[in-house]
Amino acid sequence: MLSAGLIALIPLLPIFCFVLIALVGKHAFPKFCGMLGTLSILGSFVLSVVVAFQYFFQVGKVNGVYQQLIPIKFEWLQFSPNVSIDMGILLDPISVMMILVVTFISLMVHIYSLGYMKGEERYATYYGFLGLFTFSMLGLVLSSNIFQIYIFWELVGVSSYLLIGFYFDRPSAVAAAKKAFIVTRFADLGFLIGILILAFYSGTLDFQTLITRLTTPTDQLNAITSASFMGMSALMWGLVLVFIGGAGKSAMFPLHIWLPDAMEGPTPVSALIHAATMVVAGVFLVARLFPIYSLSCPSALDVVAYVGIFSSFFAAIIACTQTDIKRVLAYSTMSQIGYMMFALGVSGYGGEHGLGYMASMFHLFTHAMFKALLFLGAGAVIHYVHSNEMKDMGGLRKLMPVTHITFLVACLAIAGIPPFAGFFSKEEILQAAFQSNKLIYVVAVVTAAITAFYMFRLYFSIFWNKSLTPALSKGEGDGHVHHSEGTVSMLMPLVILGALSLIAGFVPFGKLVTSDGKELLTEFHIGFSVAPVLLAAAGIWLAYSFYKKENARPQNMVDSMKRLYKNAYNKFYVDEIYLFITKKVIFNLIGRPAAWFDRNVVDGTMNMIATITEKTSYSIKALQSGKLQQYSIYFFSGVIGFVLLFIYLWK
Amino acid sequence: MGIGLLHILFVSIALFFIGVYGFLTRRNMITMLMSIELILNSININFIAFNKFLYSDKLDGLFFTVFIITIAAAEAAVAIAIIINLYRNYKSIDIEDADTMKY
Repeated sequence: MLSAGLIALIPLLPIFCFVLIALVGKHAFPKFCGMLGTLSILGSFVLSVVVAFQYFFQVGKVNGVYQQLIPIKFEWLQFSPNVSIDMGILLDPISVMMILVVTFISLMVHIYSLGYMKGEERYATYYGFLGLFTFSMLGLVLSSNIFQIYIFWELVGVSSYLLIGFYFDRPSAVAAAKKAFIVTRFADLGFLIGILILAFYSGTLDFQTLITRLTTPTDQLNAITSASFMGMSALMWGLVLVFIGGAGKSAMFPLHIWLPDAMEGPTPVSALIHAATMVVAGVFLVARLFPIYSLSCPSALDVVAYVGIFSSFFAAIIACTQTDIKRVLAYSTMSQIGYMMFALGVSGYGGEHGLGYMASMFHLFTHAMFKALLFLGAGAVIHYVHSNEMKDMGGLRKLMPVTHITFLVACLAIAGIPPFAGFFSKEEILQAAFQSNKLIYVVAVVTAAITAFYMFRLYFSIFWNKSLTPALSKGEGDGHVHHSEGTVSMLMPLVILGALSLIAGFVPFGKLVTSDGKELLTEFHIGFSVAPVLLAAAGIWLAYSFYKKENARPQNMVDSMKRLYKNAYNKFYVDEIYLFITKKVIFNLIGRPAAWFDRNVVDGTMNMIATITEKTSYSIKALQSGKLQQYSIYFFSGVIGFVLLFIYLWK
Repeated sequence: MGIGLLHILFVSIALFFIGVYGFLTRRNMITMLMSIELILNSININFIAFNKFLYSDKLDGLFFTVFIITIAAAEAAVAIAIIINLYRNYKSIDIEDADTMKY
């Protein structure tokens, strides 16, 4: 039923498109490249829908359990008869869900960019990069082999780097691109070592075999749990290191520093990569290896949970103080991914215990919708105002009605107000946390309230607050041709995503995506939802009273918590700590001595050899006088010397 | 006591070192070429003398001498060609002037 060729075409269409644009399209038909990219993604999306439909409703379920299917697999690199890197496609509920999300969000972003990026000098290149990214991301989620996922993992890193640095004439964009690449690359080192540890003990790189061997009592499981290093078992090390890789991509504390800076890229890119798809790769990775985490090494899962909840809370606080709207959204993304992470962290495997897993995937799904919507809305606002700063905005609701409404929907969704999408997934997460860890639950609820506050702070600051800023209203008054809210291609994705943010919560996720493939019926307790919703509403009310109209209350609040505000505004100085560690500690204590050693000892030896040779040659170069008769004298004296040698000494 | 091998070898050695001396001290390339001929001829004398006094029933020494004379002629032709070319470049056949091949 499932055609392998069609499934393979899902990631291949975007890469074909990328190659075509890069080789031919960029020069031959630059204006058409946008349409070409969009069409190829549309093709992928349609195929994904077909595949998802077939998987979920026709072939995926056997005896009420969703199976892992491998429609394509071929050996790519063989290390030994048992260990090889395969290239394959693995279909299971999460990967099918992910291809849907990735192709859909990518499609929306492609359409949106048709308007947003119009007239850019490197318009065609932009679409080429988007195609490359979409290919890598699809390859990542479909990987059947842990090494294959690593390859695509790096590919998304590269395409993210290219897109963040898209405006390469801006030094800040270049710096941000480098930062993103280096920080994630650094984390990927952990991932690679983790892969090597897991592969070394289990003797395989294949996901299915790996999971089977490390979750059932086998020799491999014995070996990996009994081997220990610095007080932790090898399995724990492997899983934690893999999680570090995931944390780098997913911007978990303390590897989150690249994400806010990554907002230097074009806004649709932020929506695609840094909100909806690439940053959830870490969550996806943990979910992919979830049986191992959950069944064999729950303590590694605790690490995931605590890092997740801390990042979530930490980012939410910072988000309240930022004034660049994209940075607020970036921290909000980090916070929401923290939600997904700790939901995985508190989850168990199978049946009722798998609630957290299901909730995490559900939140990933709904978050992709409303966060992409928020970013695209923010993009529209930035497009209109030509500024990222909140203080340049205000009172835009009349000028941008469509953006206003869709943005409001997204804010309500992320704040967890029923019946918007975020409400359902967040409730599941909170329920999962409530069942297993009260501390995490309390922090999560508080974070939810803070989330509501900062999102509505953003909303009110953009669309209400001041009556129109002079610059904007003047543009209208003068009869100066002020561009309208945006083209159809920009508004359409907003409306579609807005509609989905409304209804995505009603997807019966428990029936489709669960930890063990079996159906998970979630009960819905009205009583349980009251507290979080009320808290969120309180957050919204606070934001309303602070930012609906310009007033002194926010300033008073800031004054009363000066210290905290200052710390949060400066992102708790994490960047500075990094700079301190790299510039002061690593550079001075390791870098400089190493450089000194290199310059003086390694180079010094070489230089000394060269100097000696040079000195000697200078001193004897007079021998090479060019005078034939001198040479002859050397020759004859040599001959005479040999004669004497042979006659008297040789005997 | 007639003229023995030793006498002839003395002549030959004298001729050889006169040649070497001339080669090392003369600045004129033609003269140097003539000195080389002296060296070659001293060798020829050696060959003839050894042939006559040691292996008088064989002709190997004579053959070598004939070869050497032939080769000396060829060598003189080449050397003179080189000298003519040097002269064209330096307007001189003084060996001291042709010293550009140095460090």
